[in-house]
Amino acid sequence: MGTYVPNTRAEQQQMLEACGFTSFEDMYSCIPEKLRLKKPLQLPEGKTELEIVRAAEAAARKNRVYPTVFRGAGAYRHFIPSIVKEVTGKEEFRTAYTPYQAEISQGVLQSIFEFQTGICELTGMAAANASVYDGATAAAEACEMCREKTRRRVLVSATVDPKILSVVRTYSFGRDGEVTVVPEKDGVTDPDALEQLLDDETACFLLQQPNRYGCMEDADQAAAVVHGAKAKLIMSCNPIALAVMKTPGEIGADIAVGEGQPLGLPLAYGGPYLGFMAADEKMMRKLPGRIVGETTDINGTRCYVLTLQAREQHIRREKAGSNICSNEALCALTAAVYLAAMGPENMRRAALTCHANAAALKAKLTESGLKPVHDCPFFHEFVMQAADEAQAEQILAALDRADILGGLPLGEGKMLWCATEMNTQEEIDRAASIVKEVLEA
Amino acid sequence: MKLIFERSVPGRSTAYLPEAPRTDLGFPLREKPPRLPELSESQVDRHYTELAKETRGVNGGFYPLGSCTMKYNPAVLETAANQPGFTDVHPLQPDESVQGCLEVMQLAERYLCEITGMDAMTLQPAAGAHGEFTGLLLIKAWHRSRGDLARTKVIVPDSAHGTNPASAAMAGFEVVNIPSDSHGYVDLEALRAAVGPDTAGLMLTNPNTVGLFDPNIAEITKIVHEAGGLNYYDGANLNAIMGIVRPGDMGFDVVHINLHKTFATPHGGGGPGSGPSGCKDFLKEFLPGIRVSEKDGMLCGTAAEKRIGDVRSFGGNFLVIVKALAYLMFIGREGVAETASNAVLNANYMMNCLKDLYPMAYDATCMHEFVITLEQMKHDTGVSALDMAKALLDYGMHPPTMYFPLIVHEALMVEPTETESRETLDEAVEVFRRIMDEAKADPEHMHERPRTTRVRRPDEVKAARKPVVRYDFDA
Repeated sequence: MGTYVPNTRAEQQQMLEACGFTSFEDMYSCIPEKLRLKKPLQLPEGKTELEIVRAAEAAARKNRVYPTVFRGAGAYRHFIPSIVKEVTGKEEFRTAYTPYQAEISQGVLQSIFEFQTGICELTGMAAANASVYDGATAAAEACEMCREKTRRRVLVSATVDPKILSVVRTYSFGRDGEVTVVPEKDGVTDPDALEQLLDDETACFLLQQPNRYGCMEDADQAAAVVHGAKAKLIMSCNPIALAVMKTPGEIGADIAVGEGQPLGLPLAYGGPYLGFMAADEKMMRKLPGRIVGETTDINGTRCYVLTLQAREQHIRREKAGSNICSNEALCALTAAVYLAAMGPENMRRAALTCHANAAALKAKLTESGLKPVHDCPFFHEFVMQAADEAQAEQILAALDRADILGGLPLGEGKMLWCATEMNTQEEIDRAASIVKEVLEA
Repeated sequence: MKLIFERSVPGRSTAYLPEAPRTDLGFPLREKPPRLPELSESQVDRHYTELAKETRGVNGGFYPLGSCTMKYNPAVLETAANQPGFTDVHPLQPDESVQGCLEVMQLAERYLCEITGMDAMTLQPAAGAHGEFTGLLLIKAWHRSRGDLARTKVIVPDSAHGTNPASAAMAGFEVVNIPSDSHGYVDLEALRAAVGPDTAGLMLTNPNTVGLFDPNIAEITKIVHEAGGLNYYDGANLNAIMGIVRPGDMGFDVVHINLHKTFATPHGGGGPGSGPSGCKDFLKEFLPGIRVSEKDGMLCGTAAEKRIGDVRSFGGNFLVIVKALAYLMFIGREGVAETASNAVLNANYMMNCLKDLYPMAYDATCMHEFVITLEQMKHDTGVSALDMAKALLDYGMHPPTMYFPLIVHEALMVEPTETESRETLDEAVEVFRRIMDEAKADPEHMHERPRTTRVRRPDEVKAARKPVVRYDFDA
């Protein structure tokens, strides 16, 4: 039907002739004839833009958008101020390449510098990079930053999100490193098991705060024993919780990472998301990927450039610590705009409202007859127990009929619930009453 | 220009959220709130409008950045991806509530397999390098599954993009670099000498990084196969050949493609991208993430039995996949080859208009990009590729890629792409010719270019020596 090629057939013919080709066929004569495609690709014929929009709308309609969501588990529904999309939709940001030409890329370079500063402020760390693919790859890259010749083993708490653990294992399979899971006890890392597993071959310990069950870990205690064994502490943190909780910097973590999706990015069926990584001064030069630094130009004007590039693949090749090239720059910009718009006051409101709503939901569901599984401080997620798997399924089905996406089933009748500032008291009451009806039926 | 933190005024705020209810958190709190900017919304808006003015996007102008495929990003792709039915869907919803998403993923996999000549594909990798890493892990898992633990080496030509050796190292392989011959092709004798029982595979892009199609490709992949290794295709340069010849038909077993390049989903200033990793049938049981299949008239996501795990959370950069699919559906069956043909034509047209004045690194029909070498000029006049690139900025043009590939000295690599009109190419040629005249007339002053930009030649050495990577509130 059409392409985005502006030149007409006549122009193309003239250009071919200008190059000394008789035809496109002639132009491609350097490709051996026997290799070339002999039949048309098995693809549909091209469509007009009107038809493309119709097809996109039709596919999107086959998905259900739940007006009420009580599910998180690594992807969280938050309020996104309208200004965020307004800014990130600008053609300049959307269609730029990686800022290799600093003179005409000061906008995107400065925005990354500001993102790095925002991440440092949230985490309390000294330095941050320009982003990696998502929270799970951020955790995996952090583990690989810590591996040394004699310290090959990575410890990961059993309370880390299984999706993150899976990615840490995959990266570890690549480098032929070892991953050991530290058992959990009562919904948090078992402190005795951690102490026993730490040895002089341990590179680092990965802790999630709040953890996969929503529980807050005793990170101070973990930092003490991990550093006692001369290993590194990596904390994977929820960025909304960081507005209020004790920071990795205050705890003394060596690396802080996390999933930046809650900072202004939509759920979007899993992506694009945003991995953030921050480190203390000592680990800064081991951070993977792009880092923007401040400098001056020949006139002495303050400006920004991609820096510390000697770490990266295009210089170090096989000796680079990571292969990352493209990252999630536009998502980092999104987070930067979100943080700038929200400011400390709206961030505080978001975090406190998340917790208040989660506490209200937990209380209401308990009243309805579900049992809390863990007795620990939590941020905005918690686990509740139904009588059995069948009852949990009934609950989720009843909620689904009322257009509510309930907690994530974890098996054996356990469900992981989440509330954010998006949930209202009315939604919480309605969900609780539906649960009650199922339990009393 | 001020940093957003320098615009902050204590107490300024916009009411995005209601005041929070009183609540007892019950866990240790941070001592002080994060020092985020305190601004009115109008300040935020204007700050970023200023930053946008100092950012260059391909939709705003010609961007001939070699090896990056900076083609125009059609507006309809945003419309397609911005459907609330895509943006507001939780990744852990039940399959029956995400049939539209699964349909998108199934179609994208099918079409991309068809274009590359592969049998299966994972959409989980989030960028090209991520796809390389994934593909190499497939190769590793396959050799291991056969008990062949001796295959520890991956062969990479010296012309390769830096991600190739870096990915191979991340996948645990030792990298064997082999030289290119005088045409920039794989040196067949060097390849024959390099392969053996320790060869896990070869990584290659074709057309190669100097913009030439390696005519010995069938022989190259055969040499590797006969030695027991697998062939990895880096899809960086797929835009030159899609619809003309397929990696699968050249003898490749694994590929990755860059949806943010070839399929016009934007680069976003450095991402998000998407780097699906495809493979032949015998490797598909190792693919990470989920693949979509149909069961009782319903689409569902299933994980392969021997999969290498996950390379990322969830199914991938989904909205990028939506855009790539929308692009592919628009150009359709005939449009794929027409796109590639015009990418190659535009590159040859520009090369032909410049080759009397600019020495080309290789005297041959190029594919979608060509490489200029200014080695002689640097030697004779001291004017470098960097100087020439910076001079282009004075004419409002985005420079080509500089100093890549590494095997060409003083390289400028030009990739116009198919979405540029003849007028744009003619104007760019004019500018290239003019700066060459300027360089010849006054070589000394070329080191001072650009003259017209607000920022001129940032001091990179200073930036790296004492890194300042965050705003200092106490300065």
